[in-house]
Amino acid sequence: MLKVLFFARVKEELDCPALDLPWSESIASVERLQAQLCESGGQRWQEVLSQPNMVRAVNQTVVSGDAPLCDGDEVAFFPPVTGG
Amino acid sequence: MAMKWHFSHRLLVVELNAAPALTVSVQEADFDVAALQRQLITGTGQEGAVVTFTGHVRKVGTDQPVDSMLLEHYPGMTENSITDILRQASARWPLLAASVVHRVGRLQAGDQIVWVGVTSAHREAAFNACEFVMDYLKNEAPFWKKEQGPRGGQWVEARHEDRQRAARWDSDATK
Repeated sequence: MLKVLFFARVKEELDCPALDLPWSESIASVERLQAQLCESGGQRWQEVLSQPNMVRAVNQTVVSGDAPLCDGDEVAFFPPVTGG
Repeated sequence: MAMKWHFSHRLLVVELNAAPALTVSVQEADFDVAALQRQLITGTGQEGAVVTFTGHVRKVGTDQPVDSMLLEHYPGMTENSITDILRQASARWPLLAASVVHRVGRLQAGDQIVWVGVTSAHREAAFNACEFVMDYLKNEAPFWKKEQGPRGGQWVEARHEDRQRAARWDSDATK
């Protein structure tokens, strides 16, 4: 199982806070997971997840570029942070 | 006499090498800055400098007046991210204690939103560490602000200036 979380504007635009996806080799990297989410979610998901400033985190650590995923990982998609 | 000095010197080194107390709280409740500052003080008399920063919700938003603000965060990652920033600060400067309190949920204009407190033997380390923690927090800790005003809700965009402020700590001049 892969836990996928969305925050802030991304969560609102997708109207989805979280997903649980059954594990498979077809989602064994962040890029592959994102491609699968875009494919199954349609144009809306493709537009939102392909925004150029999208931040991606694996197990609560921000990753740049692609990153391998394992069964049980937690992946999050969110916009640049604005706290403080 | 020489023996006595040697003993005191060793004791001092042990105390300075002790890990600083690092605390992080992400909470909905408001906070009392005077109470937080008192909690920073160890009671050992080592503190020569206490530097604190308090951030408030401004009434003037990005492009509309702000009535209230919604603070969203990524539970777990937020606390870990701020703890990591405090560890980086304490590796960089000789700190005695460092603490961050950050509020989440619905806040009103004028409300306190974030507090950073740092203690050190000398002011330079405390000033620098406090600013470093805020600069990094604004760029790395997963919080998002949504301003609520007359024209409805609007997510705050990340600012290039904030990234530049954090990046300047990478230069040798500030190490």
